[in-house]
Amino acid sequence: MNFVQTVWLVVRKDVLVEARSREIVYTTLFFAVACVLVFAFGFVNEGRPVTDAAPGILWIAIAFSGTLALGRAFERERQNETLRALMIAPVDRPALYVGKLAGILLLLTVVEVIVVPLVALLFHAPLFSRPALLAALLAAGTTGFAAVGTLFAAMLVRARSRDVLLPVLLYPITIPVIIAGVRGTAALLQADVDVPMARAWLSMLVLFDVVFVTLALWTFEPLMTE
Amino acid sequence: MAPDFSSVTLTDVTRTFGRRRALHRVSLHIRAGELVAIVGPNGAGKSTLLAVLSTLLQPTSGDIRYDGLSSATAGPALRARIGLLGHDLYLYPELSPAENLRFFAGLYRLDNVHERIAAALERADLADRRDDAVAGFSRGMRQRLALERALLHDPRLVLLDEPFTGLDDASARALRDRLAGLRAGGCLVVVITHDLDTVDGLADRALMLQKGRLMELLECQGSLRERYRAALADAPPPAAGRL
Repeated sequence: MNFVQTVWLVVRKDVLVEARSREIVYTTLFFAVACVLVFAFGFVNEGRPVTDAAPGILWIAIAFSGTLALGRAFERERQNETLRALMIAPVDRPALYVGKLAGILLLLTVVEVIVVPLVALLFHAPLFSRPALLAALLAAGTTGFAAVGTLFAAMLVRARSRDVLLPVLLYPITIPVIIAGVRGTAALLQADVDVPMARAWLSMLVLFDVVFVTLALWTFEPLMTE
Repeated sequence: MAPDFSSVTLTDVTRTFGRRRALHRVSLHIRAGELVAIVGPNGAGKSTLLAVLSTLLQPTSGDIRYDGLSSATAGPALRARIGLLGHDLYLYPELSPAENLRFFAGLYRLDNVHERIAAALERADLADRRDDAVAGFSRGMRQRLALERALLHDPRLVLLDEPFTGLDDASARALRDRLAGLRAGGCLVVVITHDLDTVDGLADRALMLQKGRLMELLECQGSLRERYRAALADAPPPAAGRL
């Protein structure tokens, strides 16, 4: 079966399931907004935020809520053993991975649409001074984080301690992505926007994406074969 | 093009999980047009055997051949000819029956999807509930839908784990007729069940798994239930399942 067709089927199914339950989008959004608000109470004093806190808080909110979404997305496939039905279907198994990854990316895009303006507002951060560059940084960073996360969440779906193991395995490997995202976003928030620096970090994120997605596509089938 | 095999042969298949041995040197030959019932106590390795036959699990040692093909080389083309109904039903409860079937029809790249789904829902007696969420269905209704999902792509090898669970008398009778029809149509049908009375007389052969070892229930006399009890009494001691 055509790779793209399989990806589309899986994404459409995940969107439809989420549209019916709204379970992951609500919990993930609530968690991300709560995370930003808690930091705002800590880092904003008499209306003046701590300098340079915004990029770190933005990426922490994305990483934490992303972990929550990854866990739930695969828990859903585990509860009804539908992952087995996907694995026995006559499709390229890497296409199943890409479909699940695309679903997670859609979900995190929704989270970012809400969280980015909130961070900009609460931390007086001029995040939209270079909107295209910011969007590229967010897209590349989220892809790198979700690429590793989707692979690990799928691998751990049958592990008893999957909720604990997922962040333990995921964060050390995605630290370079989060650092690049934070540094690239910070370059956009300087009084004199440092576009070359932001572009350099963006290039690094794209490199991480290529490496992580390639490795995940290569290892998904053997890792998922029980 | 999907291969249309006429037999499945397992040779000395062993499957271990850590120190636990779920299957021990299982050898089995299933021919087209044959319905094989596999019985055995809980934890005997029945579901593992089904997972190995369905290509979901690779054997630790031994060989499985679908005619001349192996799951390692034939891959997706082979999986296209296998229909599996697991103990868990492989359905998305948030979706309707029609949406579930449409999704799997897409994965199997079936043609005449609309007609296939309509016929499947009719057989499952769910045509009037086609747009309701599966989450609101009883176990029996889900079971009927899951069976249609497993058979939607007209598989050659049909693997059913406890297919009679939750079914009322009429649905169980319909399933028996369906299984007989599949056998008559040249399918290779393997049914795992504890419902010995239901498959008695339907299955061509009954095999018993005990601690991962397979044995034919041929030597004993009487009904399937009597043969099963007699074989269980003669079974090897519990230590046989450990490495």
